[in-house]
Amino acid sequence: MIENIRLSFKGIFSHKIRSLLTMLGIIIGIAAIIAIVSTIKGTNEQIKNNLIGAGNNTVKIQLSDGDTVCDFSWENPPKNVSMFTESTKKRINELKEVESCTFYRTRNNPDNLFYLNSKIDSATIYGIDKDYFETAGYEIVEGKGFSDRNFTNFDKVVIVDKTLAEGIFEGESPVGKILEISGEPFTIIGMTVQNTVFEPVINSVDDFYTYNQTSSGLIFMPTNDWGIVFRYDEPENCIAKAVDTDAMTNAGKKTADILNESITKESAGGEETSATVEYKSESLLEQAKSLQDLSSSTNNMLIWIASISLLVGGIGVMNIMLVSVTERTREIGLKKALGARKRRILAQFLTEAAVLTSIGGIIGVLTGIGLSQIIAKVAEVPVAISTPSIVISVIFSMVVGIVFGLIPSIKAARLNPIDALRYE
Amino acid sequence: MVFELKNIYKDYIQGREPVPVLKDISLSVEEGEYVAIMGPSGSGKSTLMNIIGCLDKQTKGSFIFDGADIMSANDKKLSDIRNKKIGFVFQNFNLLPRQSALENVELPLLYAGVSKKVRREKAIAALKRVGLAERMSFKPTQLSGGQKQRVAIARAIVNHPKLLLADEPTGALDTKSGDQVMELFKELNDDGVTIVMITHEPDIAKCAKRIMYIRDGELYKERTGEKE
Repeated sequence: MIENIRLSFKGIFSHKIRSLLTMLGIIIGIAAIIAIVSTIKGTNEQIKNNLIGAGNNTVKIQLSDGDTVCDFSWENPPKNVSMFTESTKKRINELKEVESCTFYRTRNNPDNLFYLNSKIDSATIYGIDKDYFETAGYEIVEGKGFSDRNFTNFDKVVIVDKTLAEGIFEGESPVGKILEISGEPFTIIGMTVQNTVFEPVINSVDDFYTYNQTSSGLIFMPTNDWGIVFRYDEPENCIAKAVDTDAMTNAGKKTADILNESITKESAGGEETSATVEYKSESLLEQAKSLQDLSSSTNNMLIWIASISLLVGGIGVMNIMLVSVTERTREIGLKKALGARKRRILAQFLTEAAVLTSIGGIIGVLTGIGLSQIIAKVAEVPVAISTPSIVISVIFSMVVGIVFGLIPSIKAARLNPIDALRYE
Repeated sequence: MVFELKNIYKDYIQGREPVPVLKDISLSVEEGEYVAIMGPSGSGKSTLMNIIGCLDKQTKGSFIFDGADIMSANDKKLSDIRNKKIGFVFQNFNLLPRQSALENVELPLLYAGVSKKVRREKAIAALKRVGLAERMSFKPTQLSGGQKQRVAIARAIVNHPKLLLADEPTGALDTKSGDQVMELFKELNDDGVTIVMITHEPDIAKCAKRIMYIRDGELYKERTGEKE
């Protein structure tokens, strides 16, 4: 066998140009497949990172009407949704998929927000419970967090995030400054940042809208104060932190089931009642999956097209091997006269075909890696080289060699030694 | 006894008619013999050589080679007999052009499944025997015709075969190289190697101890009615 491989290399290198041309089909096919697979993998990893972030494992469960999240800055809350209690939170925390959870209310870009005499345009206000910072992954970097007394005393205190502080106070410490919300003075007692470093890659307008929200300033107040500036008894939303990334989907769904118990389906017939309102978990994993599936399915078609070039390459190999068998008829005849059995002749030619296509496969992989780097540079698409696809490609090209080398090899093995020796 | 042909017939099918090439040939060769088979072209001597060399099978008759019935042997068995018991020497040498003299001589041992080390030792010994030990790393293209034929002879004797079968061994050589090959054959025969040589040259045939004549597919002990 080793002897056969050695002979194959000798034969291939003594016909360099012919061997290269024979391999060309395989090289192009494998290179195309490697480049496509690398692009798919790169895109998929980007989608996952963009949507799920860097592994905070939190999932939002929001009150939604149909497919849209309810926004109470311009609509009234439905009457059939009752408030959460401490026991609701306890039951969610008992779920095996959930590490912790927190309830919050939120308002985007309210028009009742002032610092000194100027209106703050871009900010989101959160009314949070005492678990929020820890569950959602925020840490206090300046000042202090909310104490239990802040909640029970309805203290008019807020904590702002670094983005807002930098935008409004221009380098000065925000602690001690007073914001006016709905005409009420709120003292800033601390500054916070989200501790998970998450820098989304913005590739499209859709991406921009997705991440826009998180990059505007944030103001947090104790949820008990919500009624002072906005509305009493406004329904809350929930953030659940899953134990790991794979548990996110289930954590979201089970939490939503518990929260939905607070919605009365058949209400007393109030005007604001809506049968379509329910708590829904944002299923980021599912979104990522469906986006990935979409990009994969188009690219899978490309892989099939590239495979055709492997088929063409295989036929090229068969053609050249047939020529090679005819050229070496005398050699085959001699070997048979000297006592080489059919099996040995068959193995010799099969090895030669397999070695030829394997070399082609390896060159193809290298070309494909180079090609994907070029794609990454030129088209600014992320690529990730996948090791299994490299291994599979080389093995597959070897199989192509064996399959298409079979007919020529059988022809060689069946040659009659007398005719072969006499062949000119 | 090395081999025995008894009432051998060989027909080739040409169109629909079977054309007889060998007719009722009987020949037995003992160990240590040196036999020349002479005949003009078209006499059937190549066909006879193919049958003796186990490359082809007779249509009718019995052929026993070293105790084995060739008619009933399968491809695998015939390969083994050719490999271990027959050494071929061809008119046009039939060396593998890309391999060295040593590798060419090793070839039959490779097919016999001999280990690399033993292969090398035996091949060097055979090349020494034909006086080419110092050229063992040369490619066939770097050797003269006479040297090529001596490499081929080394390849034929490397397995210590029962029979050295030569087909016009001097046909492609000049007189001097031809004489050297004949000298080598004589030495080998003196050492006990059985040789069957097919030729159409009377001078070459004379080197053998026994000469047979083949004409129109029939074998004779005497040269009958043939003109030089």
